[in-house]
Amino acid sequence: MTGFRTPLGRARGLGSAKHGVGDFIGQRVSAVALLFLVAWGVWSAVILARGDYETARQWLATPVNAALASLLALAGFFHMQIGMRAIIEDYIGRPTSRTGLLILNAFVCWGGAALTVVCLLKVAVGGGAI
Amino acid sequence: MVELLLPRNSKVGKGRHHPAPAGAKRVKTFSVYRWDPEGAGNPVWDRYDVDVDACGPMVLDVLIHIKNSMDSTLTFRRSCREGVCGSCAMNVGGRNTLACTHGWQDVPGKDVRVSPLPSQPVVKDLVVDLSLFYAQYASIEPWLHTTTPQPQGEWLQTEQDRAKLDGLYECILCACCSTACPSYWWNGDRYLGPATLLQARRWLVDSRDEATGERLDALEDPFKLYRCHTIMNCAQVCPKGLNPAEAIAGVKSMLVERVT
Repeated sequence: MTGFRTPLGRARGLGSAKHGVGDFIGQRVSAVALLFLVAWGVWSAVILARGDYETARQWLATPVNAALASLLALAGFFHMQIGMRAIIEDYIGRPTSRTGLLILNAFVCWGGAALTVVCLLKVAVGGGAI
Repeated sequence: MVELLLPRNSKVGKGRHHPAPAGAKRVKTFSVYRWDPEGAGNPVWDRYDVDVDACGPMVLDVLIHIKNSMDSTLTFRRSCREGVCGSCAMNVGGRNTLACTHGWQDVPGKDVRVSPLPSQPVVKDLVVDLSLFYAQYASIEPWLHTTTPQPQGEWLQTEQDRAKLDGLYECILCACCSTACPSYWWNGDRYLGPATLLQARRWLVDSRDEATGERLDALEDPFKLYRCHTIMNCAQVCPKGLNPAEAIAGVKSMLVERVT
């Protein structure tokens, strides 16, 4: 039952949000970045798996490796946040559940990104156990 | 909201069996979705054993034959019989199509199953309520928007600019594409759907239109436009051979072009 609202009123709804292209570009740019970063990450993991912790720490202490590892984490969580948002918007219809899950998605992704980068820097700079 | 199972009152049961007339040589069985709003029951599949020598080659020919000589209560829309009006859009053998241009011999499987377009409210049997679909089309204001005073003659257009409308203007709004799109199934009240977005693209690329920016403003929305995930069902089922997914990608490209 949709009440007495006209079909045109329903079709227009609340109007355009006038955003979306930013996510569209961000998703594609982060996907391209991740192509290279994930390849680099896998290659690095394979090499580091042969050495001990100190070797890995020294490797991570170099600015280029620390920067690339941070970028991998940031791009990964950024891409994940956009992808999860699309899934939530696709499949969760109830507005309160959708809004709650979108907020949770943002917290998890940005929290995960922050935690990962801090851990990476701590290992790279401090050298102690996490 | 996603519904993976049909609601209890939409589950389709077994219906009546209508045998072929005596003496029929070539018989094909058609299972047709039946639902009467005045009855209390759930929808059912009625089975019609059709003497296919007595009717034409298209699914619509068979449905007209059933209505004329087997069961006059069967309800469906039809008008032009040649793929121009879009009235007889329905789901045949699991695929949205126009019954008038789809040969029953092209439907794989033993029986031919005919049901209404998916995800739309059923009015009766094979007739669905497309009010919201048409309203979504109206919402994009599918007419020329100009501020410049009307010229003495026509609004002129180069041959190249006119060619940009090819593959877009041919849409007959049969709704086969939109009702084949999972994104439209889940969010049909907010997502405009492939047919409407193809038409939106048709006005965005029209060289005579002066409201391209406003049209893009109205489309830039996570639900109205960006529910399209390039699933491509729309292009697969379009009975006119159009590619709504490509048109939607074109709209997205215009939005990117505007900010880069």
